[in-house]
Amino acid sequence: MSVLTFIIVGKRDNPLYELVWQMRKDEPAHLNQFVIHAALDIVEDHVWSTQNMFLKTVDKYNDLYISAFSTASNVKLMLLHDSRSEDSIKGFLSDVYELYIKTLCNPFYDVGTVIHSTSFDARVKSLAKKYFGG
Amino acid sequence: MQSGSSGRPKRLQPLVDRPLSKGKGEVTLSAFGFLFSEMVQKCQNKARTVQELESRLCNYGEHVGVRVLELLTHREKGLKRETRLIPLLSFLTGSVWKTLFGRPADALERHTQNEDEYMITDKDPITNKFVSVPSDMGAFSCAAFVAGIIQGMISGADFKGTVTAHPVSNDDGSSKTIYLIKFDAEVIAREKRFA
Repeated sequence: MSVLTFIIVGKRDNPLYELVWQMRKDEPAHLNQFVIHAALDIVEDHVWSTQNMFLKTVDKYNDLYISAFSTASNVKLMLLHDSRSEDSIKGFLSDVYELYIKTLCNPFYDVGTVIHSTSFDARVKSLAKKYFGG
Repeated sequence: MQSGSSGRPKRLQPLVDRPLSKGKGEVTLSAFGFLFSEMVQKCQNKARTVQELESRLCNYGEHVGVRVLELLTHREKGLKRETRLIPLLSFLTGSVWKTLFGRPADALERHTQNEDEYMITDKDPITNKFVSVPSDMGAFSCAAFVAGIIQGMISGADFKGTVTAHPVSNDDGSSKTIYLIKFDAEVIAREKRFA
């Protein structure tokens, strides 16, 4: 299976963090990000209907699925992928959630701004390798 | 992890490596008192009116509130969040208060007439322990900081509202602080829709 894009979206629908693994060759650039942001409305509806943070697969675009995870302060972790194996996705999103909380604990990090930390970036990439095999 | 040359203190772990677990859970009262007094003094220097002082302290508390919400939700409730008002307030007066102040809040009440107002009572807020307020500042209370923490938490969970701290004296002369939470109209409307 291949995972294509991972985005952390803040409360004002602004992206806080973005990681793109591979673009399909025949599609326009940034289509992945566009598709994920288009799914935000659907995630909003799901957020109020369940108490779970992990929202599973919320939307489908052609043959790609979008899974979402909404934290306690409604910051959304969203993943664009093309497989149906939920366990690895849930594990990956939970681990990134823990990384996000650690980032929050930094008093110099303004909540709702872009995450610039290189160690955060390195960690997310290694988690992706661990759960999705590079 | 880097190791410094001899004589240099050991570096702390990078933030992403530290565990999220509870740890010691206690800070010395004097350390907190010192830090808080510096915060109040800084706000006092910058603010021109008592209202501005209160809103600055409240703003500081908001920064704490957002983080407290995420961290304590993760520790206490794993992968579940609050989507309703009353469970969120119960979580706040129970677990959060216990973690922050060592004991649960004294009371949580809803205003009889206004359904968008809730009150949390606290007998002895830690912020007021070493503070004496001059009489010309009126009803100012350093518990505005705690009000800010509450406001940060509820706004973080998408239940926007304003929180103010009001010192009230009991019948027997002792005083307590009441935090008045006034939720926005759209929060109440959404609660009614889901009820």
